[in-house]
Amino acid sequence: MNGRAAKHTVEIYLNGQPLATEARSVAELVDGQSLLGKKVATALNGHFVPEAQRATTELHPGDRIEIVSPRQGG
Amino acid sequence: MNHHEKALHRSDILTVYGTVLGSRMLLGTAGYPSPAVLASSVKAAGANVVTVSLRRETAGGGSGERFFDLVRGLGVHVLPNTAGCRTAREAITTAQMAREIFGSDWIKLEVIANDDTLQPDVFGLVEAADVLGRDGFKVFPYTTEDLSVAEKLQRAGCQVIMPWAAPIGTGQGICNRRALQSMRAYFPDVVLIVDAGIGAPSHAAEAMEVGFDAVLLNTAVAKAADPVRMAAAFASAISAGRLGFEAGLMPPRDMAVPSTPVAGTPFFDLERKS
Repeated sequence: MNGRAAKHTVEIYLNGQPLATEARSVAELVDGQSLLGKKVATALNGHFVPEAQRATTELHPGDRIEIVSPRQGG
Repeated sequence: MNHHEKALHRSDILTVYGTVLGSRMLLGTAGYPSPAVLASSVKAAGANVVTVSLRRETAGGGSGERFFDLVRGLGVHVLPNTAGCRTAREAITTAQMAREIFGSDWIKLEVIANDDTLQPDVFGLVEAADVLGRDGFKVFPYTTEDLSVAEKLQRAGCQVIMPWAAPIGTGQGICNRRALQSMRAYFPDVVLIVDAGIGAPSHAAEAMEVGFDAVLLNTAVAKAADPVRMAAAFASAISAGRLGFEAGLMPPRDMAVPSTPVAGTPFFDLERKS
């Protein structure tokens, strides 16, 4: 042991791709992707997660998270 | 401004969900050769509304930020879409994410039924419009010419109905003019916008002559050899079509009728030989 607690990771899907992350909430995941404060919005398992609820929305194994941002559209 | 210019200007004014717009052309932002050409095209069109979308963001978030800044710099209303959504649930969630990002309750609602035709899934569309309407959204539904569907959308609170002219991106123009005419007659007070399938300025003028309130297009401008000039061409066509509708088109006739007066025609009394 090196004195640090073992990192706990959770297997999720971020934007359709499998990801093992140490993030415990949607907010931590957004931060971990260097998207904090950026123009992004989030959804968990197909349902919208408002910015104010990201910190209290926990991640569980198998969760499907979407992080989206503005793009060109018709 | 002379009398003619004033008439033109008045014709361009459109009110949607209480917002007064100075142009009857709504322009998509996808597929341009560069951001600079996109910006110049919006300017040349004189469009007050541009459509945008949401897509998955990668770590760092550069693409979304750059595009957001570009759109904000255009100084126009933003109409986010739910392009690519296949179910009411997907469209509802996308609309909610768009509202948070863009700070607007406008949503161009698309629920797509089929990859080849990109035709609307009208059942999912009505379901989503109903949920979003109750959630305070101002819904711009992309639909077909079906009057019963349009009626249900209106009942769901839609003050704007947007039937297709032809499948998205085909540029075929108005495939079912009579159905659009029926729609105009059936919904005299609903804002009707032709959305999708417009390929040429003449198609847009035709939609306006039929009495539609506006035209929403993207590919015909973005994929033109010169998008900026094409944007200007569409703006002229849409203004011309609207003015034509307001002026009242003559009804078509089955037989020729001389436009030059017959009375006083020289040689009229002579026997004519063929």
